[in-house]
Amino acid sequence: MQRYYFDHNATTPLREEALTAFQAALSSIHGNASSIHHYGQEAKQKLEGARRQVAQLLGAPAKDIVFTSGGTEANNLALFGAVGAGDHVVTTATEHPAVLNPCARLREIGADVTVVEVDGNGVVDPERIARAMRPATKLVSVMHANNETGVVQPVEEIAAIARKCGALMHVDGVQAAGKLPVCVASAGFDLYSVSAHKLNAPKGIGALYVRKDVKLRAQMLGGHHERDRRAGTENVPAAIAFGAAAGWWMGHGAEERARLSGLRDRLTAAVTQAIPDVRINGAGAQRLANTVNLQLDGIEGEAVVIAMDLRGFAISSGSACSSGAVEPSHVLLAMGMSAEQARSSVRISLGVGNTEEQVEALARALAEAVKHLRRISPAYAHV
Amino acid sequence: MSEGKPIAVAMSGGVDSSTVAALLRRKGERIVGMTMQLWNQRRLPALSGEGATGRCCSLDDVYDARYVAERLGIPYYVVNFEKRFEEQVVRPFVDDYLSGRTPIPCTLCNNFVKFDQFLELAEGLGSDTIATGHYARIRRDERSGRYLLLRAVDGSKDQTYFLWGLTQEQLAHTLFPLGEMTKPEVRELARSLEVPVAEKQDSQEICFVPNGDYAAFIDAYFEEQGLKREQAAGEIVDTSGRKLGRHDGTHRFTVGQRRGLGIAAGEPLYVIATKSDTQQVIVGKNEDLLRRGLTASRANWIDCEGIEVARRVQVKIRNKHEAAPATVFPGGEASCFRVVFDTPQRAVTPGQAAVLYDGELVVGGGWID
Repeated sequence: MQRYYFDHNATTPLREEALTAFQAALSSIHGNASSIHHYGQEAKQKLEGARRQVAQLLGAPAKDIVFTSGGTEANNLALFGAVGAGDHVVTTATEHPAVLNPCARLREIGADVTVVEVDGNGVVDPERIARAMRPATKLVSVMHANNETGVVQPVEEIAAIARKCGALMHVDGVQAAGKLPVCVASAGFDLYSVSAHKLNAPKGIGALYVRKDVKLRAQMLGGHHERDRRAGTENVPAAIAFGAAAGWWMGHGAEERARLSGLRDRLTAAVTQAIPDVRINGAGAQRLANTVNLQLDGIEGEAVVIAMDLRGFAISSGSACSSGAVEPSHVLLAMGMSAEQARSSVRISLGVGNTEEQVEALARALAEAVKHLRRISPAYAHV
Repeated sequence: MSEGKPIAVAMSGGVDSSTVAALLRRKGERIVGMTMQLWNQRRLPALSGEGATGRCCSLDDVYDARYVAERLGIPYYVVNFEKRFEEQVVRPFVDDYLSGRTPIPCTLCNNFVKFDQFLELAEGLGSDTIATGHYARIRRDERSGRYLLLRAVDGSKDQTYFLWGLTQEQLAHTLFPLGEMTKPEVRELARSLEVPVAEKQDSQEICFVPNGDYAAFIDAYFEEQGLKREQAAGEIVDTSGRKLGRHDGTHRFTVGQRRGLGIAAGEPLYVIATKSDTQQVIVGKNEDLLRRGLTASRANWIDCEGIEVARRVQVKIRNKHEAAPATVFPGGEASCFRVVFDTPQRAVTPGQAAVLYDGELVVGGGWID
């Protein structure tokens, strides 16, 4: 069966540049970047080259980039590294579990957390953030773009509020890096999380931008790696691949974003034309060029995902629980949708390999699957 | 089997459903494996202590089912039916106990989840047949055109007591590939097909209730739902109304129960009935449990559209009961019937099912009033 991948917000295939760099590094660079000898120096040079590439993508000085095992660790490092007992944190209801769950743990260890609600489009009003600020507020953590809806948050405005109140600004940029132009220094962010595998680089590596003056307690303790901010022998081959992918996005990001946005509009037009009773979640907000979250009245998103997979199209729905079953998305619920509406939603996320022909084929297959599912759905008759 | 349409196999991760998948795969059928996520085990923390053996939808079972699917090279998905399961199985289960009945959640699950929502999902995915690891047989009667349900060849594993509620529509779209086999044969087949779970133990008891402690489950569920039961406690009385002691909830008792009454008496005492209106548990002698007959409602008929005249049948009143010869009479309404046993039967329990058999055939069934 011909298969098509439309789940790039979950993860992306390796770009050729990343794959080539990765393979070359795996076969020829084996030194420990902390070693004094030639092998160590070679690894260190490559590692620092990769760091400069990642830094450039984010508009940050290279010294402020800390490599981590991924986006989740970057978020954990930001939150636990900057916040302690007695501190106050402000975040939003549509954050990724990699922020919400650390926040829940922070509560357990004596920090206070305010979760700010979002509007019907999934956007947080900076005014609400301003009202949540207290003298004890140590950190504001808001995602740059949402993984499920692609909705972009007014993070620069919020960063200004945080700065005015003397709090640090952490931005979870896992979905945004590459897909939005980012300049963390001029935007006034203090901490910014990224993940390599959302950028066509391998899994198992990510980074946290830590502005020079930010005091961060390391969470992984050991040697003096990453300027004492994250111990553990660096994953040099993965960092090199990450750097190569970041370099590609640096050079081609603007072009690729324009292409993806054209594909997205084409997909949206085709889907809304072919399928009745369909809505785009977060339609009123600024969204990533690659993400479309559709509400398909009267049917289960889970069934749509399976039906599409059996037709060869990979899309997603909600968030997977530990067994792999789908739970209604907390993001959509936070936007005021009912559990039924949330369960009837699916996410399509485009990426580097997708073409116009693929998008047309996806729209046709989706229309077919939805039509069939609705024909036998008792819920659809009542819509 | 319609050409090219896949069969959806309900895979629990156990040996039976895994063998069904392997068997159909060997026959060259196109199949899709699915595990129904019915209940979140971590939901009632009070119950998840050490040694909790309620195994419903555990991660281990999903792991096993996924591995079997991988070995067979079939598409596999976990589907979330928790909402329907809670509405159609768990709440009625709790309500039944609290109104003095002893429910059978497996039958509700079959009627409203496994052979309803699952079949619907399968149809949505372009399949028109589901297969499960139940021990029962389905046959089409060419003369009447009806789909018949028959006891499994392996009498000790027969599950027709839980399947009497299946409609003609449901039976028409269902396969029970194990109905002709004994359990040892199934294990042997599982081994020969190299099914990885061939040696796995059978699951027992009610899947979502850890350790079979349904009273603890009901208490924990009530607490989670923020519900208060007004005065669960009450009196234990004998058949003449004489007070013998106290109990802390009628839902802790079921008809025929002997242990756990906490009353010292000269002769063994049994629960004869539980009264939800007065919160009384009535106890008596073993003979007091004998009943000449019963009435049942919400009937489902399988080998016929209903009965208009009396019919000789054998009636099973709980899973482990040996079907007793009886005569079934039409009830006042089409959905009701009345049973008169040839010899009185012990512990006719409201909330359980009366399943009517004609030899191997399931005639139909209903819920005991």
